[in-house]
Amino acid sequence: MEYFIELFLSGLTRGSIYALIALGYTMVYGIIGLINFAHGEIYMIGAFTAFIISTVLSIYGFPLLGIIVLAGLAAAVWASAYGYTIEKLAYRPLRHAPRLSPLISAIGMSIFLQNYVLLAQTSDFLPFPELIPEFDFMEPVAHIIGSSDLVIILTTAAAMVILTLVIKFTRIGKAMRATSQDRMMAMLTGINVDRVISTTFIIGSTLAAVGGLLIASHIGQINFFIGFIAGIKAFTAAVLGGIGSIPGAVLGGFVLGLTESFATGYVSSDYEDVFAFSLLVLILIFKPSGILGRAEIQKV
Amino acid sequence: MKLRVGKTLLAAAVGLAMALPAVADTIKLGVAGPHSGDLASYGIPTKKAAEIVVAKINAAGGINGKQVELVVEDDVCKPEVATNTATKLVSAGVKVVLGHICSGATKAALPIYNNAGVVVMSPSATNPALTQSGEYPNFFRTIAADDAQARTEVDFALNVLGVKKIAVIHDKGDYGKGLAEFAQTFIKESGKGEVVLFEGVTPGAVDYSAIVQKIKRNRADAVIFGGYHPEASKIVTQMRKKRMKIPFISDDGVKDDTFIKVAGKYAEGVYATGPKDNSANPLSKEAIEAHKATYKEDHGAFYENAYSAALALTNAIKVAGSTDDFDALKKALQTSDVNTPVGKIHFDKIGDAVGVGFAMYQVQNGKYVEVK
Repeated sequence: MEYFIELFLSGLTRGSIYALIALGYTMVYGIIGLINFAHGEIYMIGAFTAFIISTVLSIYGFPLLGIIVLAGLAAAVWASAYGYTIEKLAYRPLRHAPRLSPLISAIGMSIFLQNYVLLAQTSDFLPFPELIPEFDFMEPVAHIIGSSDLVIILTTAAAMVILTLVIKFTRIGKAMRATSQDRMMAMLTGINVDRVISTTFIIGSTLAAVGGLLIASHIGQINFFIGFIAGIKAFTAAVLGGIGSIPGAVLGGFVLGLTESFATGYVSSDYEDVFAFSLLVLILIFKPSGILGRAEIQKV
Repeated sequence: MKLRVGKTLLAAAVGLAMALPAVADTIKLGVAGPHSGDLASYGIPTKKAAEIVVAKINAAGGINGKQVELVVEDDVCKPEVATNTATKLVSAGVKVVLGHICSGATKAALPIYNNAGVVVMSPSATNPALTQSGEYPNFFRTIAADDAQARTEVDFALNVLGVKKIAVIHDKGDYGKGLAEFAQTFIKESGKGEVVLFEGVTPGAVDYSAIVQKIKRNRADAVIFGGYHPEASKIVTQMRKKRMKIPFISDDGVKDDTFIKVAGKYAEGVYATGPKDNSANPLSKEAIEAHKATYKEDHGAFYENAYSAALALTNAIKVAGSTDDFDALKKALQTSDVNTPVGKIHFDKIGDAVGVGFAMYQVQNGKYVEVK
């Protein structure tokens, strides 16, 4: 039983990591129906920004809490700037183009950003400082779950709740829902659609940056390629949960993480991806729009 | 007129070439390997090493009063060419060959040499079967076989650390999985330990805690990991964070300073195998300087191994008295120690050099230190 709990918790950690990134995919898809393949790179840029800021601050001897807050803020701002710019440069001019064009543009952006960071920074793995300390109260259970796992799980849960509330109860949330339902009609009722879309990218990028900081601190290393691998898994999670749905992204992340963890624990880690993607295929066969996704009604 | 001179010269050259074997009483040392083609850079350093060693020996009066003559043949690293190369060397009366370079070419050429009673020593062919299959009693090498790292890891775990239950983890790559498979075989063959877990992890995954829990559940006393440092540092970090203190043993993909930099305090105590360090060996310095002095450039691949092989072969000829007696040559290689750039070596029953290969290192205070 203890083994089951251990696997469950490590699956939850993994799932939360996927979910944090998946939220960005699902929000952008929900609003403009675009799969933003550059989202994984935003996560990577967030991690790099946090790395640079926290390294500099620790040289000046800042307290740990100060470093986390400042590095997190800097990462969120910088990554949001990237997210905003990418949308403006690569997606907005293609807003009325066929659906395939922005998708290709997104893939191009992803490759561009990877290579840009590779050239501007380094191809080596960099040691990411341990920003989340080992809490004293976690010591009795440290052999089962670490402090950073706990922080990641809580952050994901909080992010999901806050996002849901924002979308349900705020003005901008209402505008987002309207844009997602019918962009033309939203525009006619006086909603600044471009601003809504930009805001969506900024929120998604902020989440990715926070994810980048937490995950990099959890695994202790970053390089220019981390966004690609994490991005693919997060995208899978978003599709699994029903792309466009916020609770769906989190649920999809958890399902994927738990599947991988139990596959490793009870079968073999050689088959971790086999199980994860078989599950995706199965769910899509029986529920093509994902677990919580709504079937898309073709507008005539 | 010109033509006639050419013809005369040619005739003279042919006559000379045919006359030489009968007249001059020299010891012939064959050198085979790729000297042209895209893999030439692997073979040329060996040729140069042989030239340097032989020039030195000849200047000092040769072996037992006889001068050493090099017979160089190109095999382009191709098995089908290597058989021709071998036939040419055998028919030229060569009894001792330094080469071949590539494992495939070596394997193809060995039966021909074996039938002719020719001793062959490769500075670079690392295929384990060349010595371990027992098919080639005439084969020796001055480089460690591909499985030598796994052997070092397993011997260290079982005999030095004295652990019984070992989890073997790899990264599913050619290098990591290959080593892990060798390690698994050696542990089983030894009868002293047990492989409690053999699994591959997905490189680049965001979290390895499930596999870490599994290692713990199988009550492993040690982990042997085949792969590179990014995965090793993630696994070690998560093991230590989960309060697992069992030894972590890995390979030269992990014996890299980046590993220590990335894993930080969690790297402390990790074991990794790496090539033995020869830089303090005066013979190694001498060999490298001799190359610089002669060719005005840095030596290439396998140069020190080839230099050592040339020394070992010429020493064996000296001890055996001549190149005619295969058994005496073989016995000399196996029994008489010779000082070379890769250390003081002789050869074991199957032809691998004793004292060449990998050493175990441990991270101590942020640095890899050789474990004696």
